[in-house]
Amino acid sequence: MTASSIRWFWYASPQTFFPLAGTIARWCGLAAALLAAAGLYVGLFIAPTDAQQGEAYRIIFIHVPAAWMSMFLYVVMACWAALGLAFNTRLSGMMASAIAPTGALFTFIALWTGSLWGKPTWGTWWVWDARLTSELILLFLYFGFMALQAAIDDPRRADRAGAVLAIVGVVNVPIIYYSVKWWNTLHQGASVSLTRAPSMAATMLTGMLLMALAFWLYSIAVTMVRVRCIIKEREA
Amino acid sequence: MSEFFAMGGYALYVWGSYGVTAALLALEVFFLRKRVRETKA
Amino acid sequence: MLEAARCIVYRELLLALRRRSDVATALLFFVIVASLFPLGIGAEPNLLRSIAPGVIWVAALLSSMLSLGRLFAADHADGTLEQMLLGATPLGVVALAKTFAHWLVAGLPLVAIAPLIALQYDLPAALYGVLALSLALGTPVLSMIGAIGAALTLGLRGGGVLLALLVLPLYVPVLIVGAGAVEMAAAGLGAGAQLLLLGAALVLACAFAPWAIAAALRISME
Repeated sequence: MTASSIRWFWYASPQTFFPLAGTIARWCGLAAALLAAAGLYVGLFIAPTDAQQGEAYRIIFIHVPAAWMSMFLYVVMACWAALGLAFNTRLSGMMASAIAPTGALFTFIALWTGSLWGKPTWGTWWVWDARLTSELILLFLYFGFMALQAAIDDPRRADRAGAVLAIVGVVNVPIIYYSVKWWNTLHQGASVSLTRAPSMAATMLTGMLLMALAFWLYSIAVTMVRVRCIIKEREA
Repeated sequence: MSEFFAMGGYALYVWGSYGVTAALLALEVFFLRKRVRETKA
Repeated sequence: MLEAARCIVYRELLLALRRRSDVATALLFFVIVASLFPLGIGAEPNLLRSIAPGVIWVAALLSSMLSLGRLFAADHADGTLEQMLLGATPLGVVALAKTFAHWLVAGLPLVAIAPLIALQYDLPAALYGVLALSLALGTPVLSMIGAIGAALTLGLRGGGVLLALLVLPLYVPVLIVGAGAVEMAAAGLGAGAQLLLLGAALVLACAFAPWAIAAALRISME
C-alpha cells in the first residue's frame, strides 16, 4: 500500500518524471505513426464505399476519432487540474496546460472535418446540430483556459486558476450538450437526418478504431514532449 | 489511381479533411520541436 | 454568519447607491442593445416577436457581464478583499453575499425593465410574466458563474475581454433554457419545465459557485 503510493508520488515530481516522459513520448509517437499508417490503409483502401454517402463518408476516419479526443482530452485535463488542487503537486498543473493546445487542435479538426462532411451530405457547411454546436463551445472553453493561463505571469497561480476554470468547465460540458440538444429540437430547421452509417461494416469500424488509437498515442506523445518543455522552462 | 484521388467526386471534401488534419498535426509537431530546441539552448 | 452576510450586502448596496451612474449605465446598455436589433434586422412585427426572447436574454446577459469587472476590483485595490480573506466569516459566505448584491444591482433592474423591451418587440402581454420570471431565476445564475470568472481574472491585464472569453461559453445553457422558456410559452406549450430547470440551475449554482468563487479568490490573492 505505502510502497505503491510512494511510487506514484515519486513520479509526481517534475525532475523524476522528465526522463520517463521522454521515453513515453518516443514509444507513443512511434506507435502512433504505425497505427495511423494502418488506419489510413484500412480506411482509404480496404473499407468499402458507403451505399448512401459514397466516398464522402471516409471523413469519418478522422472526424469521429478527433471528436472523441477533443472531449476526452478536456476531461483528462480537468482530472489533472483536480489532482493538482487536491494534492498540490506541481506536475499536475503542468500536465493540464500541456494537454490544452492538443485538445483545442482536435476540437478544431473535428469542427473542420464535420463541416466538410456536412456540405456533401446535408448541403450546408454548418448546421446548428447539437454535436457541432457543443463542439464549438468546447473549443471556446479550451481557448478560455489557454487565454487565462497566458494572462497570468506567475506559473503557480496560472496552474491553480486554470484548474478552477477547467473543473467548472467540465461540470458544464454535459449541461451544455443537453441544453444545446434540447434547443436543437426546439429549432428544428431543415430536417437533416443525422443517423450516420446505421449498419457499419466491420472494416469501417476497424479503421476508425485504429485511427482513434493513433490519435490517442499521438496526444500522449505530444503532451509528454510539451510537458518536458514546460518543466525545462520553469526550472530554468 | 486517379479514380482513387477523385474519391467519387468528393475529392475536395475528403482530401480537404485529411489534408488540413495532416497539416495541422505537422504544424503542431514542428512548433513543438522548435520549442524543444529553444528550451535546450 | 447571516449577520455578516447581511452587513456585506448592505455595504455593497450602499456603495452602489453612491455610484448610481454605474448602475444606470448597465441598465442603459441593456436598453440600447435591445433597441439596436430591430434597426439591424428590420421591424417586421412577426420577425420581432419571434426573436424577442433571444434578443432580450442576450442583451440581459451582456449587460450583467459588463458590471462583473467591478464585483471584486475595487475591494481588491483598496485592500478590503484581503481583510475579508483573513476575517472570521467563511469566504464562501462573503462571495455569496457579494454576488447576491451584484445581482440586486445589476440583475434585478433588468428583470423589472424587460417587459418594457418586450413592449418594443410587440410580445404578447401574457408572456411578460414568464419573461420576467425566467430572468429572475436565470440572472442570479449568470451573476454566480460570472463571479467565478471575475475572481479568476482579478488584477490581470486585459481582464475585461478575458472575463468575457471565460464566462460567455459557460452562460450558454442558461441562455438556451431562459430564452426557451419564453418561446415555449409563446408557442402555447407552457414554460413549466424550463422554469423548473432554471430553478434547479439556481439551486446548484448556490451550492457550488460560492466554493469555486472562494477558491478562485484565494488563488488570485496569494
